[in-house]
Amino acid sequence: MIHQFDTVIVGSGGAGLYAALEASQKSRTAVLSKLHPVRSHTGAAQGGISAALGNVEEDKAEWHAFDTVKGGDYLVDQQAAQTLAEEAIQAVYDLENRGLPFNRTKDGRIDQRRFGGHTRNFGEGPVHRACYAADRTGHMILQTLYQQCIKNKVSFFDEYQVLDVILEDNTCKGVVVVELATGELHIFAAKAVLFATGGFGRMFKITSNAYANTGDGPAVCARRGIPLEDMEFYQFHPTGIMGLGILISEAVRGEGGILRNRKGERFMERYSPKLLDLAPRDIVARSIQTEIRAGMGIRGDSKIDDYVHLDATHLGKETLKKKLPDITDFCKTYLGIDPADAPIPVLPTAHYAMGGIPTDMHGRVLKDADNTIVSGLYAAGECACVSVHGANRLGTNSLLDLVVFGRRAGQHIAEYIKSAKAAVVDDSAANDAREWISRITDGAAGPHGGHISEEMQTTMMEKVGIYRNAQQMQAAVDEIQALRKRYHAVRVQDTSKSFNTDLLEVIELGNLLDLSLVTAAAALQRQESRGAHSREDFTERDDEKWLRHSLAYLEGDTVRLDYKPVDTSIWEPKPRIY
Amino acid sequence: MNIILKIKRYNPDTDKQPYVQEYKVDVQPNERLLDALMQIKRFQDGSLGFRKSCAHGVCGSDAMRINGKDGLACKTLVKDVVEKDGDIVTVEPLHHLPVLRDLIVKQDDFFNKYRAVQPFLINDEKMDRQERVQSPEERLVFDDTTNCILCGACYSSCPILDTKPDYIGPAACVQAFRFIADSRDRAKNERLQMVHTSDGVWACDNHFKCTQCCPRGILITKRINQTKQMIKELKGVKK
Repeated sequence: MIHQFDTVIVGSGGAGLYAALEASQKSRTAVLSKLHPVRSHTGAAQGGISAALGNVEEDKAEWHAFDTVKGGDYLVDQQAAQTLAEEAIQAVYDLENRGLPFNRTKDGRIDQRRFGGHTRNFGEGPVHRACYAADRTGHMILQTLYQQCIKNKVSFFDEYQVLDVILEDNTCKGVVVVELATGELHIFAAKAVLFATGGFGRMFKITSNAYANTGDGPAVCARRGIPLEDMEFYQFHPTGIMGLGILISEAVRGEGGILRNRKGERFMERYSPKLLDLAPRDIVARSIQTEIRAGMGIRGDSKIDDYVHLDATHLGKETLKKKLPDITDFCKTYLGIDPADAPIPVLPTAHYAMGGIPTDMHGRVLKDADNTIVSGLYAAGECACVSVHGANRLGTNSLLDLVVFGRRAGQHIAEYIKSAKAAVVDDSAANDAREWISRITDGAAGPHGGHISEEMQTTMMEKVGIYRNAQQMQAAVDEIQALRKRYHAVRVQDTSKSFNTDLLEVIELGNLLDLSLVTAAAALQRQESRGAHSREDFTERDDEKWLRHSLAYLEGDTVRLDYKPVDTSIWEPKPRIY
Repeated sequence: MNIILKIKRYNPDTDKQPYVQEYKVDVQPNERLLDALMQIKRFQDGSLGFRKSCAHGVCGSDAMRINGKDGLACKTLVKDVVEKDGDIVTVEPLHHLPVLRDLIVKQDDFFNKYRAVQPFLINDEKMDRQERVQSPEERLVFDDTTNCILCGACYSSCPILDTKPDYIGPAACVQAFRFIADSRDRAKNERLQMVHTSDGVWACDNHFKCTQCCPRGILITKRINQTKQMIKELKGVKK
């Protein structure tokens, strides 16, 4: 079945919904999503959204932009970071005006709290910049945007999984999707397509990410020749619940929580004397790993699954109840402890992709090192790389990224479709997707995906994790290649049409394998340590050779790398000390 | 530990009637029921259908009926279920909604009722680069209702819906209250009028099943009763 729209948005988290709100006012817009929109992973974001409102203490957008650049270890495109910080203020007011129930100061204004790497006056000390709604800020953003979409009568196609993007003559013509309820393939022809499919943390064994975070947008684009930018930079959040990976918000430390090793030492004093527990995430995650390796984890056996304590006992029940109720609930549910009484056992958890589909500041997808624009193709949110996060994202900047760049992309699309020609697409555009699905469901005997998925996650966790070296990353590339070969034989056990979640899992696994390969290959090539990419064999940042974005092209079974310059037009790169 | 999951199954492509299938699973006591379901799906039977996403109780995908009680599979620990009811666990899809496949229900009715209460802030006053002011006390009045993740557990648990399928249900009432009680909203009276019907808040008969099962701890019945009280206090309300 072929549907005709002006605009198709794939993904319904914060970026997709914001873009939909903008685009739908001026164009016939369809939002396709594998999940019902309110299930999107934006809803799991906890701590806050930063904006230099200055409601609690003096703050400036310029400081926010600088922190973002420094936090990203200078791999951030600086004009983009400035736009992010400047537009943050109106973005937060806009969300509030649309009904978002932020926590309030005594005088009724939006309350703000401290967060890692966000500082006053270019690094003097932590600043209250994160606007928040308890520890469910993402949930409230998702709810508010969905509410606004209802108000504005946006058209949703819920539980449709994307399989392919239709590109002809450097122009996007639409997407091919499968409707989960019926198993039917659909073509959505459109003048403009926006990918807002979120992250792909499910390539790692321990992750804060949802099952749905399988990088469908980037994988689909990569298979059609679009490069992926800075894929070697993957953020491990310092504090996931031991074993489960469930996120324990940085807001716990923002409110005063302290990381401690087995001796009860506040070990961040040694790694980040100025910002302590509120250093950027890459630094805190490495510090935890270093403590554990040195036998200073709580068990003290130096094993990969040893852990440290996040101590929030001194915050008091009242603060925990008012400002961190969900965290308290998670601890009670999954650990059987009350964080008011006992420290939380935590370990870094795979959390956020800094890299993704390369875009400009309007969300337009760029297909090479010359920044050639692909007409009608857009991306925003975690699946995109603007790049405002560089080599390491600051906490709260992801929600901000969704809102600012989701909105910008939606606005640009609304203009673009005015002069763009209607996409003419025939049924043959779905041939490749149809062939793929037929192969998986042809009833032949083949392995199931479960073991391949587990092996992929273990490989990525152990070999392309917080600390990396050439030998391990090469092994990861080889192992992922072998898994991709095995994947070709995978068949579903379930061959029925109605709501075939077995098929969905196999599709998602294919996407994760492709992105795992790209991530491992890009990481192996970058011979320096920068932000979240920490190499034991190249321990220093090397601006001369590596102050550049990587572009990884997936070409069959190989990954070709190219590079492009970083915008450093505002601040000269300096050593990153906190 | 070994547990047995008795799962109610149905595939419209092949089954005339739903049936129960048993699976034996080896799980850690601390694991979630969702982990047990995933183990079945990935290593025993790929055809088992259920929704899932965040796996820690914030997205609302995996609401189902576990040993007769509605809740989230990812917020239910195996040991808690076993401690209470033994090592045979029954799992069914949510009630009051048509089954699409196994544990997957068609959510249209639920979401249509949610949309019908106009779940969005109504306030046309223009703001110029600033926030609306709201005191912490005003904000606190509707705090718990903003927790709602629209999982549908309350809708399944509500005995009123057994006999009165047009009742908008607990979740829609919660969403109505969320805006009625928000000091920034300008449509309080219209909203009260909207739920002032026999299929609205008046259908609720204080069974408290929704409040007991809500995985987000919302005091649903209390909010419905507060809404009823506000309707009574509102002059000129017509039934």
